[in-house]
Amino acid sequence: MNDNNPPLQPSRSKPWNDPRVRAIFFQVVALAAIAWSGWTLIENTLANMESRGISTGFGFLDQSAGFGIIMSLIPYDATYSYGRTFFVGLLNTLLVSAMGIVAATILGFIIGVARLSSNWLIAKLSLAYIEIIRNIPILLQIFFWYFAVLRSLPTPRQSVDVGGVFFLNNRGLYLPDPIAQPGFGWVEAALVIAIVAVVIIKRWAKKRQLATGEIFPTVKVGISILIGLPLLAYLATGGPIEWDIPALKGFNFGGGITLIPELAALWVALTLFTAAFIAEIVRSGILSVSKGQTEAARALGLHNGLTLRLVVIPQAMRVIIPPLTSQYLNLFKNSSLATAIGYPDLVSVFMGTTLNQTGQAVEVVAMTMAVYLTVSLLISFFMNLYNRAAALKER
Amino acid sequence: MSESMAPPKRAFAPVQWMRDNLFNTWYNILLTVVVVYMIGTSIGPLLNWLFLDATFTGADPKDCVGDGACWLFINQRLNFFMYGFYPDAQQWRVDIMFFLLAVAFVPQFIERFPARRWLGIFGMTGLPIIGYILIPGGWFGLEEVQSNKWGGLMLTLILAYVGIIGSLPLGIILALGRRSEMPVIRGFCVIFIEVWRAVPLITVLFMASVMLPLFLPEGMNFEKLLRALIGITLWQSAYMAEVIRGGLQAIPRGQYEAGSALGLGYWRKMRLIILPQALTLVIPGIVNTFIGLFMDTTLVLIIGLFDILGTVQSTITDPAWQNVAIEGYVFVAFCFWVFCFGMSRYSQNLERKLDTGHKT
Amino acid sequence: MKKLITLAAGTATLLGTLMASNAMAATTLEAVKNKGHLQCGVTNGLPGFSQPDEKGHWTGIDVDTCRAIAAAIFGKGDAVQFTPLTAKERFTALQSGEIDVLSRNTTWTLTRDASLGLNFTGTNYYDGQGFLIKKDIGVTDAKELNGATVCIQAGTTTELNLADYFRANDMEFKPIVFDTSEQTVQGFAAGRCDVLTSDRSQLAALRSKLADPSSAVILPNTISKEPLGPVVRQGDDQWFNIVKWVLFAQINAEELGITSENVEDMKKSDNPNIQRLLGTDGDMGEKLGLPADFGYKVIKEVGNYGEMYNRNVGPGTPLDLDRGLNALWTEGGIMYAPPMR
Repeated sequence: MNDNNPPLQPSRSKPWNDPRVRAIFFQVVALAAIAWSGWTLIENTLANMESRGISTGFGFLDQSAGFGIIMSLIPYDATYSYGRTFFVGLLNTLLVSAMGIVAATILGFIIGVARLSSNWLIAKLSLAYIEIIRNIPILLQIFFWYFAVLRSLPTPRQSVDVGGVFFLNNRGLYLPDPIAQPGFGWVEAALVIAIVAVVIIKRWAKKRQLATGEIFPTVKVGISILIGLPLLAYLATGGPIEWDIPALKGFNFGGGITLIPELAALWVALTLFTAAFIAEIVRSGILSVSKGQTEAARALGLHNGLTLRLVVIPQAMRVIIPPLTSQYLNLFKNSSLATAIGYPDLVSVFMGTTLNQTGQAVEVVAMTMAVYLTVSLLISFFMNLYNRAAALKER
Repeated sequence: MSESMAPPKRAFAPVQWMRDNLFNTWYNILLTVVVVYMIGTSIGPLLNWLFLDATFTGADPKDCVGDGACWLFINQRLNFFMYGFYPDAQQWRVDIMFFLLAVAFVPQFIERFPARRWLGIFGMTGLPIIGYILIPGGWFGLEEVQSNKWGGLMLTLILAYVGIIGSLPLGIILALGRRSEMPVIRGFCVIFIEVWRAVPLITVLFMASVMLPLFLPEGMNFEKLLRALIGITLWQSAYMAEVIRGGLQAIPRGQYEAGSALGLGYWRKMRLIILPQALTLVIPGIVNTFIGLFMDTTLVLIIGLFDILGTVQSTITDPAWQNVAIEGYVFVAFCFWVFCFGMSRYSQNLERKLDTGHKT
Repeated sequence: MKKLITLAAGTATLLGTLMASNAMAATTLEAVKNKGHLQCGVTNGLPGFSQPDEKGHWTGIDVDTCRAIAAAIFGKGDAVQFTPLTAKERFTALQSGEIDVLSRNTTWTLTRDASLGLNFTGTNYYDGQGFLIKKDIGVTDAKELNGATVCIQAGTTTELNLADYFRANDMEFKPIVFDTSEQTVQGFAAGRCDVLTSDRSQLAALRSKLADPSSAVILPNTISKEPLGPVVRQGDDQWFNIVKWVLFAQINAEELGITSENVEDMKKSDNPNIQRLLGTDGDMGEKLGLPADFGYKVIKEVGNYGEMYNRNVGPGTPLDLDRGLNALWTEGGIMYAPPMR
């Protein structure tokens, strides 16, 4: 250091050395750059579409689509509009994602716990499952489940027949479809009453347990009410359900509910793949709960299952939920691979056929991306809510 | 007690081990029996199909007889699966790149390998330049090979490698931006990262292949592969930014404050103090993202590029070869598994090693 | 700080160049001449139309159409590079200028002509949609297909025709839509569907890909018109004319009996029609902005339409298709080219 420095003066710094001024300057520059590039992009796109004579606007959504879709949760045929195909695809995407999330969570928890099993063979088997599945691309697994398994199933005329009610062949799994007859409203009402009753009983049981320490068998009673009450109503009203049983008509089975192979293959592949990741998350979550907690639970006389359910899992959930959320998001995004095997999801139907028939790439891709963005944000939002509920409440 | 007692008598070790680990409770006994039965009945046919009954050598499809796998198919088409349409006479260029990639990155798995850090840095900086000269060619007397002739494993590696190299600097900038104190820059980075993370790669690839040309001014064009690479890199940079942000957050506040106290400006503070520590911390995270990206590159087959899965898909329908689909898929699965399993082992080891350091 | 400025400057320069390149707009012909080759959009692999072999060498009728255009401009049929495109990408690739001409088994429809900013230049193959069925379902006519499951490739007019046909005949169907023709065949082979529908020219090729081709038959019905032909961008009439007249030259050459083998002798012909086509008389080439002998070069390098047909899809090839509609108008077909005068 130089001792000859002039004594420190109150800094009369130049404005461009003031960090606040500089920050504002940078932000203005950044904003200008972003706005300018955005504007350039939009202008380019508009100019390009204009000069190439490409139609623009969302008018095409009202035009009739004119193509068929194999599976739809809402009424659809070729006379409906392109806008309708958007919803058909969206619902199919949501369906397979929801099915995948539920199944992958269950399977993932089982494998994650099995990974820590005291049985050496089970633990190693889970490890092998995880290490094999998660290191093979999901697209390849979807292809495998679709083409390899499809080939091994029988044709419709040689279906696997279970009691003349369930049928399995290479066109799908056929199940009987319940059709509500008049009077079914009573059964629905009974179900609603049962749910309300269970909630009330649960509250009451908890209060009683806190006051007296007596445990009321809530689960058993709850389940029997939930099943019993609607069943009673069902019998009392004389069974107002008719079963639409699938039967071979012409080339294929008609009637009933069909689980098409595309949906099944996608569901199985997404479930198995995501479950491998969830298992690892569950394992590390459980390991993050200190051994003292388990020991304390044992000291209280809780057996293995109860220890896991009441002590370990609730604490592990705090560690598990954030990475679990991103697995759910991954599963949702991976469901877009449906397009490879012809399951009519949003990407396959809307960003595929509709885009092709209308040629309006910008509008279609923007709508599709907006859907993925919205649903991803919604999943994150709800998982964050749940996370907040599960988070450590310090009193 | 001072006098030593004889150790308790133990049963014969393997028996004891089995009793402890396989047959300790009634349900474990049941599980063990079921699992052993399942493995016992399935492993025989599997081995038979994979090796014992399989055909490995031969001249043409007719040599594939018997019930086993027809590995002859892979054998015959291996060149296509490795290089795609890359001309035979020029394949040495790809081989050199394969070799250099191995030289740069395999030592990373071996601790105490001399100069492995430098090899790694070379792999991230010098090697891409060499690759840029070598693979497309067109200068230094190298014959030009158009990108639509690239394919197979080579293309898969190019996609993943360029994706990671391109997304690293972008990811660093985005991560720094997301932790910036300037609301405009932070807001922009948050939106950029969250939007890209929310959409599936396949929509990004569609956008790159179908819509990117519309965004560009008239007369300006990229090849399809380059467009796919741009899409992959932007998409990947959002994930990379989140990984790096994790590293930045793990650096104790004191380090930032110490940097400021030394009078370092923002960029020097980041470059000299924060980033070196943060990046070392997140190497396992980067490797994990890379594994994800490597597997996701298979999606390019949907936009019509011939990656390794794409080449296999296009040959299994060849009428000359009957029913080789499963062999093809197993081959691709095995290729990916070897790469990904190796890398995930590496990142797990690294994680374990780093674990002792910074956690508070 | 300095870095930030450098970065900002770099970005600005980059964006600047993006903008600057806006100015360089030339006619397609000039652009192609400057590049030194024609960039042609084709399929990812469709036997008989555009199919790469293991070395990336392309063959097919669509490929030959591109070679003919290259021959007309450069005098060499190999001055062309191929861009394989999926059905989804093909129009944007053309619109954006990535390719100069799209010759990708593309059906000419009003919507495509009018609302995509494209122009179809003609028809190099008249096709129609048909059905391939498994023999064991015992159907002989498409009208018996009520309730059938149909495998189909995405992104084509086929999807619409199929829906129209079943609706018109008051029948139901279940479509299984695959992304590539390979997956479509795999789905059909695996028994996922009763019927595979595609252009008739393709059904024969797809059938040959089955493990047991004799287990499947092609139904006699043709349910649609599929005129397939090359496409160019709107707004460049010269280029539109060039692509159009190269094909017409090939058709006229067949009518006049000019082949790639006798073209040298034909140059000495006294027939004024032949003289105009081969450029020994008149200024047909110049009117299009091409060399005077462009017709000669096209025939010399690629051959007339008949040769192109026979080489790629005709009898003796794996597709083994009769000329049918694609025969010359003088021979019972509808291939008819306006006169070159």
